[in-house]
Amino acid sequence: MDATIAALLTQDGLTNGSIYCLLALALVLVFAVTRVIFVPQGEFVVFSALTLAAFEQNKLPGTVWLLIALAAVAAFADVLSLWREPKRMLRSMAGTSLPAALAALLVWGVASAQMSFAIQVLATIAAVTAMGPAVYRLAFQPIASATVLTLLIVSVAVHFVLTGLGLLFFGAEGVRTTAFTSESFTIGSVSISGQSLLVYAFTIFLVIAMGLFFKFTLFGKALRATAANRTGARLVGISPNFAGSLSITLSAAIGAVSGLLIGPIATIYYDSGFLIGLKGFVGAIVGGLASYPVAAAGAIFVGLVESFSSFWASAYKEVIVFTLIIPVLLWRSFTTTHSEEE
Amino acid sequence: MSEALLEVSDLHVAYGQVEAVRRVSLSVPTGKIATVIGPNGAGKTTLLGAIMGLLPSHGTIRFAGERVEGYDTEALVRLGMTLVPEKRELFHEMTVLENLELGGFSRRRSGESRAALLNTLDEVFALFPRLKERQPQLAGTLSGGERQMLAVGRALMAKPKLLLLDEPSLGLAPLITRDILATIAKLRDTGLSVLLIEQNARAALKTADYGYVLETGELSLQGNADELLHDERVIATYLGKR
Ligand SMILES: Nc1ncnc2c1ncn2[C@@H]1O[C@H](COP(=O)(O)OP(=O)(O)O)[C@@H](O)[C@H]1O
Ligand SMILES: [Mg+2]
Repeated sequence: MDATIAALLTQDGLTNGSIYCLLALALVLVFAVTRVIFVPQGEFVVFSALTLAAFEQNKLPGTVWLLIALAAVAAFADVLSLWREPKRMLRSMAGTSLPAALAALLVWGVASAQMSFAIQVLATIAAVTAMGPAVYRLAFQPIASATVLTLLIVSVAVHFVLTGLGLLFFGAEGVRTTAFTSESFTIGSVSISGQSLLVYAFTIFLVIAMGLFFKFTLFGKALRATAANRTGARLVGISPNFAGSLSITLSAAIGAVSGLLIGPIATIYYDSGFLIGLKGFVGAIVGGLASYPVAAAGAIFVGLVESFSSFWASAYKEVIVFTLIIPVLLWRSFTTTHSEEE
Repeated sequence: MSEALLEVSDLHVAYGQVEAVRRVSLSVPTGKIATVIGPNGAGKTTLLGAIMGLLPSHGTIRFAGERVEGYDTEALVRLGMTLVPEKRELFHEMTVLENLELGGFSRRRSGESRAALLNTLDEVFALFPRLKERQPQLAGTLSGGERQMLAVGRALMAKPKLLLLDEPSLGLAPLITRDILATIAKLRDTGLSVLLIEQNARAALKTADYGYVLETGELSLQGNADELLHDERVIATYLGKR
């Protein structure tokens, strides 16, 4: 291997690693607030890429039907559980079904008016983000105080359901979206693609934005408070459902952006989400599902390992990446002291 | 007795098969301090947990005229009831100031302005100047007394009508206990209603207007606080010799 190849692999690894990094941060967030190991994180990535691809092909994205389905089922669940308390029922619908329905309308409008690329991108982010509250409402709110294991089982089930819906509404064809930029820059003998730079810039921007959100905003602090002490949070009026829904909505938004970033780099199928999410998960595990900076570093490391192993042992690339988790788990089991469950 | 802000009647709370609180009826008049005293394990914490919506219960609970049994804790906070729990439940990795800000979460969500919260913050700092000095410090690094001040301060940030206090004296030196109870009395004089749970019967009865004695889940005695202070049974069991 010469320096040029090493530089190329590093660039590739950092690009994928940045996307895994975003997903790892989302996983840590959702776990800290809800104790859910959020397996369907990758599905948001996939839905985002597939939505933008459909826009580009002048087709109506299947997202419309997906959102309508989520809105309808969530509204039905609200009617079933809250029909005795119309006020609370309407409030729940306003936070769950309404955004999903509005997003469906938006996607339909943008697709039929064939609006510009920038608007398609924004509509994609809005559409995928709007799935967050419905996913929380339907899958996790009813069992919010269950054990971590039960939550994980439901999380796996949600992953399969969403993958199935992905096949139903988007079809089995793979897509690749157009790059945001086709520029490339040369430093010495190494050429760096503009798309990679864009991925780095966006990742850095999002990481900083998340940091500011947690440090300075009321909702950011409310999420930290819920993660730190559930009872304490309830006593100041932060409902676990509000925090849970917010965290999964943020993770949907992060997934949406990740999908836009990965779309031009990799071919995305309805079922690509699992492997993508799993790589973010390996990163998050390095941080013990608790530390944001360690999770971020771990995810970037995963990207680099993946890139270099695809050069040396391309057939074993995924095996090598996932084998990483074993030494990590060993290391963690020796270094962490178990904190008591509250 | 003036009109009751909180009225609990025939409350039962069970952990599985075991009823930890049975047939409890009590009330807290507006602008007064009612106290529930009783030995360790009597069910005092359980009683407060049920009132605050943290534990499921049977019976009726009226707050400001509204039936609130079965309400979420968050909804009760919005209505004006806050609890300072036995374990404080502070956010240890966050600063004193952040803990206080979060105390006002419910008000911010119902649309109150940042300025209104800053006003309350000033009032809390006036009551507990120590907290003002410790604003940037992490809550987990505070001393026991400071933590209790922070827990009370955080509860006051919600601008409650009714403050539920679970053993504010627990683990604190007598002098600090006296300070905290004096602060509670001061708050009562500004119109706040308080339900004070205490093992330290003498201090509690001296502060309160009305008292209840809870023993193994049931109320055994009640009366005006100064009467209870001189009640033979209370003296024998809870006050001991002077
Ligand atoms: N989570 C629980 N599960 C089962 N029993 C409990 C639980 N919490 C408290 N108890 C029991 O309920 C009774 C009352 O406890 P508690 O309300 O904490 O008393 P106090 O606050 O008066 O000391 C005790 O016998 C205690 O052992
Ligand atoms: Mg107790």
